[in-house]
Formats: sequence, structure tokens, C-alpha cells
Amino acid sequence: MRALTSWLSQVAAVTSTAVRTIPERRGASLATVFGIAGVVAVFVAVLSIGEGFRKTLRAAGSPDNAMVMRSGSDSEMMSVLVGNSIEIIAQAPGVARGEVGGAVIPLSSAELFVIVDAPKRSTGTTANVPLRGVQPAAFATRPGLEITSGRRFEWGKNEILVGDGARRQFAGLDLGSRLRWGRNEWTVVGTFSAGGALWESELWTDARVLQPAYQRGNSFQTVIVRLASPAAFDTFKDALTTDPRLDVQVLRESEYYGNQGRTLNAIIRGLGLTVSLLMAVGAVFGALNTMYSAVASRTREVATLRALGFGSGAVVVSVLAEALLLALLGGALGAFAAWAFFDGYRTSTLNWDTFSQVTFAFDVTPALLVQGTVFAIALGLVGGLLPALRAARLPVTAALREA
Amino acid sequence: MKYAALVWSNLKRHKARTFFTLLSIVVAFVLFAYLAAARVAFRAGVDVAGADRLLTTHKVSIIQPLPSGYREKIAAVPGVVAVTHSSWFGGIYQNPNTGFQGVFQNPVEPEAYLAMYPEFLIPEAEKRAWIADREGVLVGRKTAERYGWKVGDRVPVQATIYRKKDGTKTWEFNLRGIYDGREKGTDTTQFLFHYDYFDEARQWGQGIVGWYVVRIADPAATAEVGARIDALFENSPSETKTVTEKALMQSFADQIGDIGAIIQWILAAVFFTLLLVAGNTMAQSVRERTSELAVLKTLGFSDLRVLALVLAESATLAVVGGGLGLALGAAAIGAGDPTGGFLPVFYFPESDVVVGAVLVVILGLVTGLLPALAAKRLRIVDALRRA
Repeated sequence: MRALTSWLSQVAAVTSTAVRTIPERRGASLATVFGIAGVVAVFVAVLSIGEGFRKTLRAAGSPDNAMVMRSGSDSEMMSVLVGNSIEIIAQAPGVARGEVGGAVIPLSSAELFVIVDAPKRSTGTTANVPLRGVQPAAFATRPGLEITSGRRFEWGKNEILVGDGARRQFAGLDLGSRLRWGRNEWTVVGTFSAGGALWESELWTDARVLQPAYQRGNSFQTVIVRLASPAAFDTFKDALTTDPRLDVQVLRESEYYGNQGRTLNAIIRGLGLTVSLLMAVGAVFGALNTMYSAVASRTREVATLRALGFGSGAVVVSVLAEALLLALLGGALGAFAAWAFFDGYRTSTLNWDTFSQVTFAFDVTPALLVQGTVFAIALGLVGGLLPALRAARLPVTAALREA
Repeated sequence: MKYAALVWSNLKRHKARTFFTLLSIVVAFVLFAYLAAARVAFRAGVDVAGADRLLTTHKVSIIQPLPSGYREKIAAVPGVVAVTHSSWFGGIYQNPNTGFQGVFQNPVEPEAYLAMYPEFLIPEAEKRAWIADREGVLVGRKTAERYGWKVGDRVPVQATIYRKKDGTKTWEFNLRGIYDGREKGTDTTQFLFHYDYFDEARQWGQGIVGWYVVRIADPAATAEVGARIDALFENSPSETKTVTEKALMQSFADQIGDIGAIIQWILAAVFFTLLLVAGNTMAQSVRERTSELAVLKTLGFSDLRVLALVLAESATLAVVGGGLGLALGAAAIGAGDPTGGFLPVFYFPESDVVVGAVLVVILGLVTGLLPALAAKRLRIVDALRRA
């Protein structure tokens, strides 16, 4: 016990001298702090793009909903469902019923998913904006959807609701705007939010109005149903997949949106992690240099302490502590910078899976901040370890003479 | 050259420090190479777009099909030299997670398509074999390497949109040829098969195509010819929009949006941070030796010679580290893109190799120059007293 307390007090003494002399090594120490801050900032910022994107998709997938597409379809965009299958799906077991427009009907919305060109505000060039045609039960299957200005479109009219995300990113979609696609003219009658979900990137209208405008006859692309309960999914799925009149696949909505965005995620993760890793290697070299020169400049001091009877363990700890302190400072600075500059930053990009624009906000989550800090600590440990061992192994007499 | 030994022993003095500084510089320039490659990846196609090629798409959106009958009408427009078409197939190879992400599969008119894209280089025999085989497919080098295909393979692709008339989803193709790109930036990921076979065998959608590719006689007349084509189909159920290939590629690059720009800014920031850290260490190691420089001056070394010595040291580090970094970066990029094939073009452009080399020189000069100038101005007595 006594040995331990004496060792601890040695550690405290040596570490406090080390830390107090950091200002004498300002230049190199600052370089280390900034190097590590840079790594952590990049790491957190790049991953926050992926987090934000996933959050948008996650918010769209409700476990209460199921999604029906033609079998083999990779996304809504690719699917086709012909008119007579729509009613079979709506009447299948497991579908919730609810009051829509004064009547109790199955909560099932057959939908079209097409793309229209609209200019991006930031560049003025055209972008693929998703336009979704829905049926009356659509609003009951997405209870998170709220009208933020204007009103809902009227069924059977060329009227459009614009998601808040789409309105912010693309020009000409404000309330009251008149839009011309093909030979049809549409009026924006309202805007909506959807709790950050993917639908905020979309324009919504009546599927029955969209069908003739896009020469779709009586076909749809997907059907979204509200399940009586999340457990009713299997009943619903079995009923549809065993029905010889249908050739469909049934997914939980959450499963479908979980699979979306693979391409973008792969690009962000691939580039982001490569860059973070390379940077980490660079920052470790920087830290190693700083700590080696810190040890070198303290040679005389360390040798004196050793001559006075301080143990080499205390010296190792002091060097590591200094490296960790610098790394933590850098980590905190980097994480803060990433949060300050990137959290909530709104942008839009192409979701390759549906070939259309998705708007989302970067999301610097607490988990990312923790990961960034842990990363910084790891860098500090790696950068401090070798120099610490060098300090511990300094032969006392030689070191005193050298100084 | 006779001072090489002196420079060398200075570098050897703190072996660990020299080594780590060198490695930092290597890493910085590897990053620089990735920065350059990411830049071309996000501008994919824009730089190599044909100046005399226009693309005619449906006015509402590129996903809306056009009638195949537009071909003859477009061909008759004054100023148009050649016209062909392509479509979106969107199939899956093997499984949805790895299969065909980023690979454009297009049913095309084989001969007309190759004539339209002379930058696709293909051996004459393979070209003839592909044209002769209705179920033949021509794939780009990058895609062939990604899936380990060779000429003669039979490739099954799962359709997501177009089933065959018998209701099956699997389309099988014979790999008849592999094309290379004339330019580094040429997209060699495409998967090209016969439109005739596709149109005949598909369950629905006969007689529609995705978009038209139009070659015009005078690259200066893009706007006029484009307007003439669009005027042909005005007020028809399928109105068109004709733009240059470059403009279309640019609009795709813009669709990816500021994500691309942000990643590039981050890479640039990282590169300069690393240089700053490495440069600081290099400068510091010279500052520490002030007294030795004073000794050299006492021995009769001129101011200029001391300056040259210090510069030689920093330049050696920069050139060795930077050169290694650029070479490693080029090698790593050549081995494949870090996203596992999602980026159709990913290479280290020559112009950026030159920029990298210039940055190496600047790094060597700047990190050496400040301490070297201080050393040059040094008054011997002050320096010796300080030590």
C-alpha cells in the first residue's frame, strides 16, 4: 500500500512538471493538438453525412407498415403493379382498417413514384426530384406527416404538396407556384414535413391524376399498407406470396428503407474511412515527433529525477499522460469543430437506388463525438508509447552528462 | 555535391524524427493523390464528354421513355450526322448488395453505338463477334475485372424491370468482347447488349427507348440543332429536351451535389494540416542547430552556402517523402477505388501529378527557407553565446 501511494505521488510529481513545461514546447505541442483535431474533425464530419442520410431513411420506415412491390424489384422505381392486384392486396388479412374521408376502408395506398426535373437552388442545374402519386389512405399510413403551410391537395385535381426538404433545395416549388411538366400544369397548394423522413424530399399528388399524365394506364408501382399490428406482417405476407393471382414481394417498410442508399453509403464510408485512416497515420507520426522532442528536451530533468530515486514507471506514465492530454485537447477541439460546422447542415444528393434526389441534414450524433474522442485517445497512446519507453530507458549517467 | 555527406549526417542525427517526418510527408501526398482521384470521380464524364454529341431525353425526366420511331425523324434534322439510342436496364448480378451497383447496362444498336463512341476501343475480332451474336454482350474493362469475367463467359443477369416473355427474370448473355477506354476518364464500366434481342424478348414496353444520342456536324451549332430536334416533337405526347453530353454529365455531377465538394474540401484541409505539422517539425530541427550553423560560419562558410545546406536538407526530405507518397498514391488508386467499384472512373490525372510535384518543391523550399534565412542572418557571436 505504501509502495503504491509513493509510486502514485511520484507519478503525480513527474506528470505535473511535464504538463507545466508544455508551454515551453508550444510549437510542437500545438502542431500535435491541431493534427489530432484535424483527424477527429474529418472522422466525425464524414461519418455525420452517413448518419444523417441513414436517419432520414430510418425515419421513413415504420414497423407498422408493409410495402408491396413486384417480385424482383430492387426499388419502388423499378416496380410495376397492375390495377387488379391493388384490390387483392387491400383486402388481404392483416391490413388495418380506418376512417378515411368519412368511410371506413382498408388502410392501403397504391402509389406511383416518378421523377420530374426541377432546378437545384445552389447550382441552377436540373435535378431528379421524386414525385409520388398517392391514394387517400396514404396520410393514414404516414401519421408523422404534417401540413406546414397551405392545405392538402384535392383528389382529382392537378394539385401538389411539396415536402419541406424539396422546397428548400429546389427552386420554383413555393406555395402557389404553377409547374408545367409535359402537357399538364400543376399548382402547389401546400407544404409538409414528415419528422425528417425521406418523404420531405418528395412532391405528392393524387395517383389517379398522375396516371394519365405519365401514361401509366391503370398501373401503380407500390402499395403501402398499415398493418393491424406489427405482428400481423407474417399473415399479410403469406397471404400475398401464396396467392397465385399475384407475383409480388412483401417487405416491412423499415426493411425497405434500411436497404436504400447502399451506393451513397458505400461511397461515403469507403472514401471517409480511407481518408480518416490515412490522416490518423499522419497524425500519429506528428504526435510521435512531438513526444520524442518533448522527451529530448526533458532529458536532463528526467535523469535528475531518476538519480533522485524516481522510478522509470513514473516517467513512462508522465510522458503518456502528456501525450494523452494533448490528444484529448485535440480530440475535443476536432469534435467541437465538426459539430459546430456540420451538425444540421442541409444538403441534397442523388440516391442512386431510386435515381432521385434525397434531402437530408448532417447529423453529428453523441455516439460519433464519443467515437471521435476515443479515436483521439488511441492516437495519443500510440504516439506517446515509444517516446515514453525511450524516456524510461535513458541511462541516468549518460543523460546527465549529455545535458 | 561535396556537402552531401554533411546533409546526410544532419538528417541521420535524429533518426526517429527524420523517419516520422518523412512518413508524414508520404501520407500527406498519398492523400493528395486521393483528393485528385476523388475530384475526377465526382466529375465523372464531364471532362471526356464528346463536344459533338447531344442527348435527347424526354422533356419531363430522363426516366420517361421515348418512342423508337423518333430515330428516323431525328436523323433527318439538318446538322445531324448520326443518331442511335440507349435504354436503362437496371438488372442485378448475383445479389443486390454487390451486384452491378454503378454498372450501366444498356440495350443498344451495336454498330451504331460503337460508331457513336469511338473512345471505346475493342479488338476487331471481338467487335465482329459481339455484333454477330444476338445474345452477345460487350463489357468495359473495369467491370470485367471487377467480376473476373473473360471473353466466352455466360453471364446471367436478374431483371428488375423487364422480364422475358416467358415470365422469367433471368437474362443470359454471352460475353463477346471487352473494351478499353481511349482516355483515362472514359467510362469502362458499361454492359452493352443488343436492343433488337432485348426488345423482342421483353414482356412489355416494345418500341420504346430510353434516350437518343445524336452526333452533329458542327460542335458550335449545338443550340440550334438541339432546338430543331425538340421542335419536331413539340405538343406530342412525348416532348423532348436535347442538351450536350457535357451539360447532361454536369447536371449529374451537380446532382451529387455538395457532398462531393465537401469531401474534397475535407481532403484539401487534411493535406495542408499534415504539411503544416511536418513542416513545423522540419523547421524546428533546423532551429535547434543554430549554434552549429554559427560554427560553420566561423569556419568560413558563406551566408549563401549555409542557406543552401539548410535548404538541401529540407528539400531532400520533401522530395523523397513527396515522391514516395505520390508513387504510393498512384499505385493504390490504380489498384481500385475505396468504395469497391461504385465510382465509374477513379484515376490519378497526369495534370495533378504535376501539381503534386510542384507542391513537393514548395514544401521543400518553405520549410527550409524560414530557418535558412534566419541562419543566414545569424551573427556568429550571438549564436555562439546563446548556445
